[in-house]
Amino acid sequence: MLHGLTLIFVCQLAGEALVRLFGIPVPGPVAGMAILLAGLVVAGGPAAPLRRAGTGLLAYLPLFFVPAGVGLIAHGARLKADWFPILLGIVGSTLLTMVLVGWLIARYAEPEEDGGD
Amino acid sequence: MTDLGQIWVYLAAEPLLWLTVTLVIFVACTWLNGKLNGHPLAHPVLLAMLALIALLLLTGTSYEVYFEGAQFIHFLLGPATVALAIPLYDNLRQIRRLLLPLLFACLLGVGVAVSSAVGLAWLAGARDQTLLSIAPKSVTTPIAMGVAEQIGGLPSLAAGIVLITGAVGAVAAKPLFRIARIHDQRAQGFALGVAAHGFGTAHALTIGLRAGAFAGLGLGLAGLLTAFLLPLVVGLFVG
Repeated sequence: MLHGLTLIFVCQLAGEALVRLFGIPVPGPVAGMAILLAGLVVAGGPAAPLRRAGTGLLAYLPLFFVPAGVGLIAHGARLKADWFPILLGIVGSTLLTMVLVGWLIARYAEPEEDGGD
Repeated sequence: MTDLGQIWVYLAAEPLLWLTVTLVIFVACTWLNGKLNGHPLAHPVLLAMLALIALLLLTGTSYEVYFEGAQFIHFLLGPATVALAIPLYDNLRQIRRLLLPLLFACLLGVGVAVSSAVGLAWLAGARDQTLLSIAPKSVTTPIAMGVAEQIGGLPSLAAGIVLITGAVGAVAAKPLFRIARIHDQRAQGFALGVAAHGFGTAHALTIGLRAGAFAGLGLGLAGLLTAFLLPLVVGLFVG
């Protein structure tokens, strides 16, 4: 578990350093994800501790969004004034994008031979 | 006996208090969601956000004080994003086979996400900084905050809007995919990642690991495209 976590942190740190070094407009963790993926391709797959640490973290992904969400508390006045256009923009655009992208991929993808996982 | 007020003053100054309260509320909201048979509107993240905002208002606690404790949870977003490389690796063969359609769908998705969000909000009367804060709504929080700042929006408002977008995507996913007859895990996951970033990815992981992998890919690609293209497009309109 500790080995896995350490490897994940090292990748994130490398990602943070890389985007700053080259001025890439992408957050460090996304670059870290690319670095870990490249490492996995080279190594031929994750070792057991890395898989355990990674799936452990991903199981709690929703929880990690809570603190940022509570930050809406700072925008009470603007939300009160503009709640309708904001909500309309969010809901309309999100549903439209999801249907469009999902439909495109479902159309192009041949059926899953193993029915998912 | 020590006065309760004094204990509160001591505890309220410690990061442990709001860290623990966030965890307890999230666990309670997850339990409640289970009791409601996982009803999408009772999404644990939405419930926890509302409960915590109410609690901060009731106790007169500032967001800064709250975040002193909650930052330890917030921090784990980074490593969790890196960990998405694992399901991505597991599905690499599937992704390679679909690479061109995925890139095309992502480019189109980013274009539609930005233009329809700004267009609808503008039609409903939103202007200026609110509009510019909605534009990057579909991408992961750190990219959205950076882009919002670059184009003249409000980064912290953008972060909140990104969160609501994610919640809307997760809540709508099941009925929407059923109505639109999108049953393929790869399509569902990728759509969730492009339209609803990490929050959508978290939901995709509950559909299956393959959906999660495609969502992680969608999140990364959409973030990349938005970060590069949105400032250019806004520059064309404003400049």
